Amino acid sequence: MSTANHTGGFHHAHHFDSAEHQYESSKQGIWLFLVTEILMFGGLFVGYSIYHSLYPQVFHAGSKQLSVVLGALNTVVLLFSSFTMALGINYVQRGLRNKAIIALAVTIACAAIFMVVKFFEYTHKFHVGTVPGKYAYTEELSASGEKVTKVGALLAEANKLSVVEREHKLHLDETEYEHLTLLEKTKNWPLFFGFYFVMSGIHGLHVLAGAFLIFWVLLKVIKNQVGPEYFTPVEGVGLFWHVVDLIWIYLFPLLYLVG
Amino acid sequence: MAHEQHNYLNHQKGIWSWLTTLDHKRIGIMYFVAIMSFFFLGGVFALLVRAELFTPGKTLFSADVYNRMMTYHGAIMVFMVIVPGIPAIFGNFVLPIMIGAKDVAFPRLNLMSWYMLMIGAAITGSTLFLENVDTGWTFYTPYSSIKTGLGVIPMVLGVFIIGFSSILTGLNFIVTTHKLRAPGMTMNRIPLMVWALYSTAILQVLATPVLAITLLLLIAEKTLGVGIFDPQLGGDPVLFQHFFWFYSHPAVYIMILPAMGVISELVATYSRKVIFGYTAIAYSSLAIAGVSFLVWGHHMFVSGQSEFAGVLFSFITMLVGVPTAIKLFNWIATMYKGSIRLDAPMLFAIGFMFLFTIGGLTGVYLASTGMDIHFHDTYFVVAHFHYVMVGGTLMALMGALIYWFPKVTGKIYSDLTGRISWVFIFSGFNVTFFPQFILGNMGMPRRYYDYLPTFTELNQMSTFGSWLIGTGFLIGLFGVIYALLKGKEAGNNPFGGKTLEWTIPSPPPHENFEKTPVLTGGPYEYR
Repeated sequence: MSTANHTGGFHHAHHFDSAEHQYESSKQGIWLFLVTEILMFGGLFVGYSIYHSLYPQVFHAGSKQLSVVLGALNTVVLLFSSFTMALGINYVQRGLRNKAIIALAVTIACAAIFMVVKFFEYTHKFHVGTVPGKYAYTEELSASGEKVTKVGALLAEANKLSVVEREHKLHLDETEYEHLTLLEKTKNWPLFFGFYFVMSGIHGLHVLAGAFLIFWVLLKVIKNQVGPEYFTPVEGVGLFWHVVDLIWIYLFPLLYLVG
Repeated sequence: MAHEQHNYLNHQKGIWSWLTTLDHKRIGIMYFVAIMSFFFLGGVFALLVRAELFTPGKTLFSADVYNRMMTYHGAIMVFMVIVPGIPAIFGNFVLPIMIGAKDVAFPRLNLMSWYMLMIGAAITGSTLFLENVDTGWTFYTPYSSIKTGLGVIPMVLGVFIIGFSSILTGLNFIVTTHKLRAPGMTMNRIPLMVWALYSTAILQVLATPVLAITLLLLIAEKTLGVGIFDPQLGGDPVLFQHFFWFYSHPAVYIMILPAMGVISELVATYSRKVIFGYTAIAYSSLAIAGVSFLVWGHHMFVSGQSEFAGVLFSFITMLVGVPTAIKLFNWIATMYKGSIRLDAPMLFAIGFMFLFTIGGLTGVYLASTGMDIHFHDTYFVVAHFHYVMVGGTLMALMGALIYWFPKVTGKIYSDLTGRISWVFIFSGFNVTFFPQFILGNMGMPRRYYDYLPTFTELNQMSTFGSWLIGTGFLIGLFGVIYALLKGKEAGNNPFGGKTLEWTIPSPPPHENFEKTPVLTGGPYEYR
């Protein structure tokens, strides 16, 4: 029965009265699922606020180490992707198949850009040693018997070099050198990066999951399985994507700006 | 058989049709088989733990083995038996029928929940063969994060996945209750079992995500050493307890609310009376669900939290007693001047009320900060939560099993077998756990492998009781097998129930109802 550009072949499941009934039920289910996502991140936010009040200086020194430029870039990318996702849903609802395909593809591309930026942020942190908990420490002990952090080791090396050589050999510019020095003076600073990696890491996994889901509905659009009569999966995935975006909108100021 | 009746059991054939079924009734049966297997395993661990405590010092195993058995007993029973038990088995089977629906809102998600429970259980269970876990079912830091082995990671990962199963089931039930009620079935006409399952589902959806993040943080702590729970890195191990009980205290009500729903059904049916105070029972379920989120601090009275927090949590904890008592008094008022039939399910219902009352009242002891300092981490606590969780949930589970057995299978469960099973379980239960109140008051600490010689007699009594309980459940199992093989044909409504599931054939047809029912009155219109 289905023709080229609409989904006339769609039938609602036997236990629903109508397609409308099924759509409303699915939508309620998706919203409930999103509530559980918010609550799960809620646990992290509670942990964050407790430790922020216990160790304000850790969070101050730690957030200085994050690149506001890259974080802001990612925020813009995600906000734009939310826009293209909303466009995609709208196009599917209006049966504009080709436009919908472009909008969804752009959304996936934005997710990819976000992850690439994250990749550079993460690798830089592995390079300077601003990593969580026990991995922030080297095996050796200092003369006074205290544990040496990787940042401390890097700074010790940097102190032997001139400013130009630091830039050249260790890829440390002057600002970052100062920030790391401030960080190293703060007790328990790896705790901040514990939160940074766990929160942004779990969020990153959600970005990947979202991109995968958008790809899944993109295939449905291409195969004409969704259209003006039936667009529940597209809208559901869209709502998930907006929540992923929303969580980042909270994570960005909390991690990058509060310092 | 002259003519084979067409029902959900013979609608499709073969093991594959079961493993891929989207029928809520078949999924309910699959949960039954799975959860009963876990129950058997958890029960064996319980018997072994009790056997070890028959004498002070070493009886059968080393302390190390004892710690592991205790951990597996707790984890299996809590996460794989009591939490999913009634909602997943009986909720799946009767909830859609009770509200006049053909299925749950999301049948494929329902099947996925079952597979998630299986996968989670397999990962958790694999630690039995890879690296045993000895943390206790609560996985308290810093022991779980710093001291003990890496087996904690798969164990916790399995529980995380089981949590997902729980969330998805809850989500499914909420949407089903909201959207799939038959015409005329207003929210104030749904059976009390559905109200209980609905309140439970809200708890599952709102509390379980917090457990999920707590367990993820524990995994992160173990693999990355993030330091959130590690004092050496600036973290706080007690934070884990706050997070953990923010889920696990509401989870206590995830365990008990469905049981209360079962009891409401049983009391109405076997007293042949309109349930007394329908709205009060219905909304007290929601009240329990609400209050349960605000009481987690009573698990940490001795953790060094502020006195103010202690007083506050003490007060709110006692508040839970109010909606609970509302239910209990309404059940008793329903029984008053009713035509009570003491069939096996009703015996289990009365057993529930008896044991749950003892569990609830001793809960008031523990909610009082002064008393709690004396009783904290003693056998008093062990006795208290077994009275609530086991005496409550498992009595209701047995009652539900015998009550709905004819509907599920079309065969009658032998009432005599049910009564004998009840005698063993009920008396065995009291013999096992009542001495533990006394032991706790005398100062025997919980979780310990060894105890002082003065505690020997009471411990032996307790171990003897555990054998009685084990026998009782074996008799219950025998009843299931016997009824399946030789049970009498049940007919549509052997017990005179008034809710919708008794208006359709037993076993129900594939789509539950030939014609969508239209409701004109409440669920319990006896007289």
